[in-house]
Amino acid sequence: MTPSPITIFRARRILTMNPARPEATHVAVREGRILGVGPLEELAGWGTYTLDDRFADKVLMPGFVEGHSHAAEGTFWRYTYLGRFDRMDPEGKVWPGAESIEDVVARLQEAERQLGSPTESLAGWGLDPIYYGDRRVERADFDRVSTTRAVGVMHASGHIFNVNTRALELAGLLRPGVNHPGIPLGPDGLPTGELKGPEAMTIVGAHIGFDREALANDENGLRRFAKLCVRQGVTTATDLANLLPDDAVSMMARVTGEAGFPVRIVSFRRFQALTPEQAVDIAVKLKARSTDRLRLGAIKLFVDGSIQGFSARLRWPGYYNGAPNGLWYTPPEAIAGLYKLALGKGVLVHSHTNGDQATEMALDCLEGALLDQPARDHRFTLQHCQLADAAQFRRMARLGMCANLFPNHHFYWGDQHYETTVGPERAMRMNACATALASGVPLAIHSDAPVTPLGPLFTAWGAVNRLTASGRVLGTSERISVADALRTITLGAAWTLKLDGEVGSIECGKRADFAVLEDDPLEIAPEKLKDVRIWGTVQGGRPFPANGV
Amino acid sequence: MSGARLPVTVIGGYLGTGKTTLVNRLLRAADGQKLAVLVNDFGATPIDRDLIVSSNGDTLEISGGCVCCSYGSDLMDTLMTLPVQRPDVERVVLETSGVALPGMVASAVTLLAPYRIDGIVVMVDVETVRTMAEDAYLGDTITRQLSAADLVVANRCDLVDDASLQQTLAWLALQSPSAQILAAIRADIAPDLLLGLRDGALPRLSATLATPGAPDAASLYESLEVDVPEDIDVSDLGRLLSAPGTGVLRAKGILNGVALHVVGRRFEIDVAPAGAKPGRLVVIGLRARLDRRAVEQALQPRLSTSLRSA
Repeated sequence: MTPSPITIFRARRILTMNPARPEATHVAVREGRILGVGPLEELAGWGTYTLDDRFADKVLMPGFVEGHSHAAEGTFWRYTYLGRFDRMDPEGKVWPGAESIEDVVARLQEAERQLGSPTESLAGWGLDPIYYGDRRVERADFDRVSTTRAVGVMHASGHIFNVNTRALELAGLLRPGVNHPGIPLGPDGLPTGELKGPEAMTIVGAHIGFDREALANDENGLRRFAKLCVRQGVTTATDLANLLPDDAVSMMARVTGEAGFPVRIVSFRRFQALTPEQAVDIAVKLKARSTDRLRLGAIKLFVDGSIQGFSARLRWPGYYNGAPNGLWYTPPEAIAGLYKLALGKGVLVHSHTNGDQATEMALDCLEGALLDQPARDHRFTLQHCQLADAAQFRRMARLGMCANLFPNHHFYWGDQHYETTVGPERAMRMNACATALASGVPLAIHSDAPVTPLGPLFTAWGAVNRLTASGRVLGTSERISVADALRTITLGAAWTLKLDGEVGSIECGKRADFAVLEDDPLEIAPEKLKDVRIWGTVQGGRPFPANGV
Repeated sequence: MSGARLPVTVIGGYLGTGKTTLVNRLLRAADGQKLAVLVNDFGATPIDRDLIVSSNGDTLEISGGCVCCSYGSDLMDTLMTLPVQRPDVERVVLETSGVALPGMVASAVTLLAPYRIDGIVVMVDVETVRTMAEDAYLGDTITRQLSAADLVVANRCDLVDDASLQQTLAWLALQSPSAQILAAIRADIAPDLLLGLRDGALPRLSATLATPGAPDAASLYESLEVDVPEDIDVSDLGRLLSAPGTGVLRAKGILNGVALHVVGRRFEIDVAPAGAKPGRLVVIGLRARLDRRAVEQALQPRLSTSLRSA
């Protein structure tokens, strides 16, 4: 039997993330895995090879690992993009940011002209009116797009819709007497068209094309998400909160198993409407259905809500603007019970905690669970964990917890956090990457796509520079180095997924997953890190040029 | 239109307060009424097996024509599809998760045209509720749950002594100033007391605290001692004193050779203890909330002795 062919890629520079051999010029690949990395003469010892020069002027890094994203980013591109900042779609087209409400309306009018039937609904996403001054978006704005079809736009945060009059009518909300904190009323006593919070949003969602059926089990969305991954150098991406019904698992297994599918998807089962026993049982069964490109068997838990939605749980003194404390999404008994059972069965649990009180609760629950059920290498991870202070990071280190922080928030909502939600001091320490590293907490950083755009190099730029959209620096002492940032988007994130033995660095035996870059992230100025040009990826030894996906 | 709206009773309260027991009691006592009981999940709210006729994923068919659905993350979707899938349903009982705020859930339900809120019931465990309310993590959730209640079910009264029960009932009255407080054991409450809370009635008053400050037992209570004529119908008296609106937290007396106990909206008639002095009723309520006229009327027309403040 002839051995499988060997390909040796020559590159301008290979940044391996392996401290024993941090840089190289050649990497040998066989059967989708790395035979070796080093000088050509070393690698030639493996036998007959083909030398592939296509990356001779490129920089290779380990394929980026996005530790907190949602495949729904692929789905959202079926709607009209209306964000304030330029954003690249799965086909590589860059949609320019909308400059004004007028601009937003004009784009919707343009999209409306493409529609056929006069009653077909029209949806957009990414709206962020905080950039357009004090004026709120109202239904009259979108009535200029259409009065016969429902028009609705999701805000960038994902927590608010703005809709037109027809959408309110269809949802039965165009009536006096609506009394709900998430639905402001105009001088006429009728809703203005702004709908805040999941309940109010669900009611209109179905009428504007944001219904659950459209979002769940979306095969095209998954394919589009994979294209975005290639464009951003990502070879392993989480789909962090999926209910994973059988038909969705079958679809995902089929699509990710296709020969040309370019990403490893790590999909977590959302802990929702389950007892801890049921959840752990489901996770164990899902794990058995894992393939190389579809990893299952971990659980995602929500402890609280979001800071900008004022539903995160904060410790004293609470919100800067005096808003009441947020909401618990899971009772502590259920959290503690799930942790204990999962530790016993070796099931990985990642917990969404935004506020520092939610983080404290998760730490208390894990500490108790570990006393009952000692576990040496659990890698339980706090996701977002945005407001954790130094003492909490020290506790996380002692308990063996990882943190996956959210530096993109500094850019997109840092000014709002500074001025309104948590105030200057805590805004400066949000997403305290430097403290996490100094405390010995294994660190990842993330985009939470589609909340912010998928793009590990942008996220790394956020952690290195901590700039807000207005140019304010939020906490210079929490900036981390480019080298540390690059480690967090590769090995760091892989560690939190228990995949660091397979991916996250370029060394013998690991998966041949590379981010292929036109610019060298260690040479470019740190403030330009987000501008590093990306050629595409190699995943499992298969090259995927961004311009060919 | 509003006459056709489905009444929704929201049942909130933390874990372990007896919501599951109550839900099962309501299903068992539906008495031909077609209830749809919505629970967060069947794992946390196990429905008694003998009630289940058939099960299909998120939906259980219950004997007597009721239905029970688990809504998980899809409460609004579940509510939107229910009237289409089950047009026979006459009333909805919505059990919230232990950390949900039932007032917020009720507010969301009002956004859906097919429904109206019939009442918000919050269950507490009288043994633990005051400790829970001091908890650094959960305290504000507990008090926010209570502040929205139309009716508070003070459950597990058998687990505490009389004095601490009275203190807890008084504390609950401060937390839920516009709610009826109903003392209960094992969630044993007549469904009629829970359902139809706002039927034909004005919406509850906004929750305002008349006398903020630390509760002091002496200032909180008002009690009456009444001589009761011998010919009174004890069952009638119990029913009248435990009716909503009287403000009676507790009443007891030895009448016609039996003992009458009124606890909140419940009353029991028991064997009189030997040697007890007959003919006298003690009524306790919260100061300014005890309706003396209602007590007087309960004793009419055979009231022979005058009321006097004790």
